[in-house]
Amino acid sequence: MLATIARRLDGDLALAEDAVQDALLAATVEWGRRGLPEAPGAWLTTAAWHRALDRLRRERTARIHAPSLLPAQESYELEAAFERSAMDDDQLAMLFACCHPALEPRTRLALTLRSVAGLTVAEIARLLLVGEAALERSLVRARRKVRDARIPFRVPPDELLPERLAGVLRVVYLLFTAGHRSSRDDSGIGVDACAEAIRLARLIARLMPDAAETHGLLALLLLTDARRPARLGDDGGLVALDEQDRGRWDAERVAAGDAALAAALRLRPHGPYTVQAAIAATHARAGTFEETDWAAVAALYARLHELEPTPVVGAQPRRRDRPRRRPARRPGAARRARRRRPPRRLRPAPRRPRRAAAARRRRPRGRRGRRRRDRHERQRGRAPRARAPVRPRAERRPPRAAARPRQPRARVRTGVPGGTVRAIQLTGPLSIRTQPCERALPSGSAKLAPARPWIATRPGPPP
Amino acid sequence: MHYLLLLHTSTGSGPQPGTPEFDAEMARWGEVNRELRDAGVVVGASGLHVDATSTLRTRDGEPVLSDGPYAETTELLFSFYVLDVEDLDAAAAWAAKMPSAAYGAIEIRPMVHYEFR
Repeated sequence: MLATIARRLDGDLALAEDAVQDALLAATVEWGRRGLPEAPGAWLTTAAWHRALDRLRRERTARIHAPSLLPAQESYELEAAFERSAMDDDQLAMLFACCHPALEPRTRLALTLRSVAGLTVAEIARLLLVGEAALERSLVRARRKVRDARIPFRVPPDELLPERLAGVLRVVYLLFTAGHRSSRDDSGIGVDACAEAIRLARLIARLMPDAAETHGLLALLLLTDARRPARLGDDGGLVALDEQDRGRWDAERVAAGDAALAAALRLRPHGPYTVQAAIAATHARAGTFEETDWAAVAALYARLHELEPTPVVGAQPRRRDRPRRRPARRPGAARRARRRRPPRRLRPAPRRPRRAAAARRRRPRGRRGRRRRDRHERQRGRAPRARAPVRPRAERRPPRAAARPRQPRARVRTGVPGGTVRAIQLTGPLSIRTQPCERALPSGSAKLAPARPWIATRPGPPP
Repeated sequence: MHYLLLLHTSTGSGPQPGTPEFDAEMARWGEVNRELRDAGVVVGASGLHVDATSTLRTRDGEPVLSDGPYAETTELLFSFYVLDVEDLDAAAAWAAKMPSAAYGAIEIRPMVHYEFR
């Protein structure tokens, strides 16, 4: 292992030794917490290599500039300008293989988590809210397909790149979303997943700096993650944006996110991640909820809706890509149905509600009817039958169930089972309401608990 | 790596014989086939008679030959290619050039390699 690291470092054995020491130290902590990884040797080599790179980077940065004196923008570019390592290229190639369109969309995320992020099956199952056995099966199947169909491990050629990159970015976005959702979990997997998503986004942005959306996604993740310290209350409940303590937002993350956003805005074309990052940045820039530039937010949401014309910024394939639930009725269906009816004599006797109603009318009920019946009985020489006292009509009727308030409905789509979605309910042009939706929801239409709108994008003060 | 490309279409879709669209499509097929030949990736390929399929099953040791599967079924297999290319992306790139991909479907099946001696 030492040899591998040293060879990769052009024979810098001292640095290699330090890095291996660091890695061993990390292993005692990490393996104690999570158990032995599947390939401890490979784990150590990877860890040592990352630590060596970190040290190199730190030394070099310290030599060239004092990093604290640099504006965030310049340090972002400096980081991006660092030479790519073979390891990073391998990870990127692996990422493109795991997110290949020939794999089932749900499996792409799981495979990325397993093969690129190195999470265990148990951790992934908990993160994605799926059963371990089913997950294991789909992973086995996916790996077999990668091998047997020979899905390439490389950054795809230019003509395929836009489509494939979008797939990779989607998976990284979903990884972050899954982590964000389960960050309330005590195990810390959620936080790890968010960190891993940011690491991958950073890696992609560094290795593919010409695509605007790579920087846009990184900016979005950083700006969203910056709010994490303020997102949960002391009781573990969610804190809405307007009630969050903005002083607890991670200023460093906001600065890094802003720098990434600036990089994205210098490039074209801007996609949904860049626009969402710009929305997040607009919120981050406002000192208080009231100071938010709502006009800008509204304009950005309108742009987002142009780019992704779905009522929900979700994660699943668009509706039109999915098969229709019910086949269209063929012409003449009603006629055929009539023809299929059994002959009249075989049909059950139809109910005759009108005749029954008429009979009820002819036999007066209540006080009047009883008086008439009593008279009839008296005439026949019998004592009137004892009867329960008549209660007023209103009392007899069972109380009607209290009318329940109508729940707002919105179409909700989730990417992974239970992926966090922001259900954006369109209520008219330029008035988009967004609600946080942290519960696992199936695809399709779902009821949303009436909650305070997370963002009201109508220009002007919040409602 | 060998891939079997199964070209499916449904009855009545795509340009119909006798129309100028059909002639244009045939010209495009010619181009694709020339390109495939020049690249030297074709192991074997052919069009298939869609209405003349027979199926054989052995039952109790006896071969039973029957007609079908029939062309009335919506999906019909009208052609195949066996290509020798580097990976799935390369196979998919060739499939994307084939005109029938626009209205039909092209199944890409990685082939298990057997030696015939």
